[in-house]
Amino acid sequence: MHIDLQTVSIKPLRHTFDNIARRIGADKPATRYQEGTLDMQQTANFHYRPTWDPDHDIYDASRSAIKMADWYAFKDPRQFYYGAYTLARAKQQDTAEANFDFVESRGMAANLPESVRDTVLKLLIPLRHVAWGSNMNNAAICAYGYGTGFSQPHIFQSMDQLGIAQYITRVGLLLGSVEVLDDAKKSWVEDDTWQGLRRLVEDSMVVQDPFELFVVQNVVLDGLLYPLVYETIIDDVLSAQGGTSVAMLTQFMTDWFAETKKWADATVKIAAAESAENKEILAKWIVEWRDRAAAALLPVARIALGDRTDELMGEVVQQFNARMTKAGVAV
Amino acid sequence: MDMQVAKKKLGLKERYAVMTRGLDWTPSYQKMEDIYPYMAYEGIKIHDWDKWEDPFRLTMDAYWKYQSEKERKLYSVLDAYIQSNGHLNVTDARYLNTVKLFVSGISPLEYVAHRGFAHAGRQFPGPGPRVACLMQSLDEIRHAQTQIHAVSNYNKYYNGMHDFHHAHDRVWFLSVPKSFFDDAITAGPFEFMVAIGFSFEYVLTNLLFVPFVSGAAYNGDMGTMTFGFSAQSDEARHMTLGLEVIKFILQQDPANVPIVQRWIDKWTWRGYRVLTLVAMMMDYMLPKRTMSWKEAWEVYFEQNGGALFKDLARYGITIPKCTEHIALEKDHLSHQAWSTFYNYAAATNFHTWMPDADEMEWLSAKYPESYDKYYRPRMEFWREEAAKGNRFYNKTLPMLCQTCQIPLVFTEPGDPTKICYREVDYKEDKYHFCSDHCKKIFEDEPEKYVQAWLPVHQIYQGNCFPEGTDPTVEGFDPLAAVIKYYHLEFGRDNLDFEGSEDQKNFAEWRGQATKNA
Repeated sequence: MHIDLQTVSIKPLRHTFDNIARRIGADKPATRYQEGTLDMQQTANFHYRPTWDPDHDIYDASRSAIKMADWYAFKDPRQFYYGAYTLARAKQQDTAEANFDFVESRGMAANLPESVRDTVLKLLIPLRHVAWGSNMNNAAICAYGYGTGFSQPHIFQSMDQLGIAQYITRVGLLLGSVEVLDDAKKSWVEDDTWQGLRRLVEDSMVVQDPFELFVVQNVVLDGLLYPLVYETIIDDVLSAQGGTSVAMLTQFMTDWFAETKKWADATVKIAAAESAENKEILAKWIVEWRDRAAAALLPVARIALGDRTDELMGEVVQQFNARMTKAGVAV
Repeated sequence: MDMQVAKKKLGLKERYAVMTRGLDWTPSYQKMEDIYPYMAYEGIKIHDWDKWEDPFRLTMDAYWKYQSEKERKLYSVLDAYIQSNGHLNVTDARYLNTVKLFVSGISPLEYVAHRGFAHAGRQFPGPGPRVACLMQSLDEIRHAQTQIHAVSNYNKYYNGMHDFHHAHDRVWFLSVPKSFFDDAITAGPFEFMVAIGFSFEYVLTNLLFVPFVSGAAYNGDMGTMTFGFSAQSDEARHMTLGLEVIKFILQQDPANVPIVQRWIDKWTWRGYRVLTLVAMMMDYMLPKRTMSWKEAWEVYFEQNGGALFKDLARYGITIPKCTEHIALEKDHLSHQAWSTFYNYAAATNFHTWMPDADEMEWLSAKYPESYDKYYRPRMEFWREEAAKGNRFYNKTLPMLCQTCQIPLVFTEPGDPTKICYREVDYKEDKYHFCSDHCKKIFEDEPEKYVQAWLPVHQIYQGNCFPEGTDPTVEGFDPLAAVIKYYHLEFGRDNLDFEGSEDQKNFAEWRGQATKNA
């Protein structure tokens, strides 16, 4: 049965804004992602140069070595504008909250095998500082990147990483107390295990090119760290040792990475498809930072993987290479 | 495992501290000044970032939960409003012109605020202010997007908004709000926070955001009203951040006080000049008025702002001197502004009109000192001339103020019969100003303000015609070429409301929706 509800129908003069019509090829209804993203950033007739960066305009594509004829070629496959983004995260947050409740109410944290608990404290908790570094780096990409299609996902990524740092903090508080966090920070700042990674994170904070920083942080570092820690170590290795509840506490991170890597891949793919020059620059960045990141992660992986470290790390790197090749940058 | 027993619950403040500040560490592989390169050049001294008091404590999980509930509500109201042709319920089609002004003048600034707070949120070495700034950056893109989504439906039915991004970067009067925010984001991170976080969000927001939203509520614009109310709790957070920033900087070092005082003086005046657009909107463009500009200034600045500056006196901050000038202008500002737009309505993306007899009565009552004496006679004259078919559109370009970029149309403080002009010789050129305050701002940073992209200069230099235009051909019409460069449609987007397509369509559609013709 079809129910025909009537409303007064008025013929509109136009279906969307002119800039959107120009970009989508015709005056037709546009999505909220499109109207909230395309041409949002000002492009012309800036009044003053930044006193903090007089060599560039306020928004300036030449801050990056990556050259695009049109920076709005970058589209977020998730179509995230603020509303869609917060709704998606709130849903994941509901799941995370339910997982934390489940683990807490059943005293599952207290029943973790000692070795698993120890691994989580040594390996997972210091990673809150890596997430904090990513929060900063993504803020920089959002601030200095060109075009809203490229810059917008980075404010989401930045706040996601703050959220992740906070989830890890909650895991620490659940398994122990503030001392657990203090100890983890001490390891992060002092222990040899962490110094390669800390150096990499601090070095990334002075990378000036916003697209390179995107590659360093969101493609390479996350691209190795998340499969290694959340997929390989927590979901597989620790779960097999009786640590399934840890996997519940980090489900947000696992789901988050599965989602965001699609956007990161799409972004790499579009930049690489633009020109041979872009592809070459991307390959150079990816290889250089991949080798550094893989080396820095090795001692960290060893905390949980022992003898199998080299083998499993090798697999993670191989998967990463395959991912990049699929995105159009053979490495 | 009996350690769980000893576990104590963290207090809210401690818990928030481990969730934010606890994440930070002092770097050793890179120098602080390389990671945070913009901290020194403004001369602000911060000795201890840990003294920062978090103005609100919101972790990301709570943020997502709370904000998503607001988004869900907002978009369902918007959808219902659109589906029911809610635009036909506004008081009068003239109201739509405030929407045009808002989306082309203000919404793009929300976007710049988003980028500016991302920049500040990256640059401050203190984790407390960084997190607060980044959260505001995220909120600001929300505001830009929800505004555009709310206005999107109006654009389908009415003129003047169809290419508002393009307009914002080009149209002469839109360089006033644009240059204001360009000025803020190109300043250092501390000045940006004083300019936007404090002066704009804290001191002036009740005179900008609130009049638009209240105007919407009074005039049946549920779309605008809904995003306004939905943004209210975000704005409350932004205000507390603005206030905390100023107190923090002032408490850190006495040498910061004169720098901050100069910034407050500058940004109160810069912000006030942008509010000229709001003043005329309140007094002339809203069919159903909420309050007069003068009343709004008295309530929101003179009373509320006065209390704020009393509170800041303990740090050595005094109320900006320009407020004396503003008090002298409050009887005149909106009338002079609307007269200017009425003159230049051939080059705007909204329609103008002269107030009717009832509206003039309202203006007389609200402005007993000035309206009947100075403005009613000229407005009645213009109305009569228009009725006789002599509507005059000024096509001569005005001289602009180098700082605020408003045409030199304001009168001398205390003498509403004499236009106020100031000038400065700098290097090889002469620069013009609307007031002592704009002149002073220029003199403090001439190298910045000589860069200004002044629409009138740019038109005269031939930079505001569509590509390929030949201004030397016989019968060249510069205004027509400029209108094309603006992507405005002559006769549809500009000129008077009377006789406009908006007027005709609204009447026809409202009839269609309410009568059985």
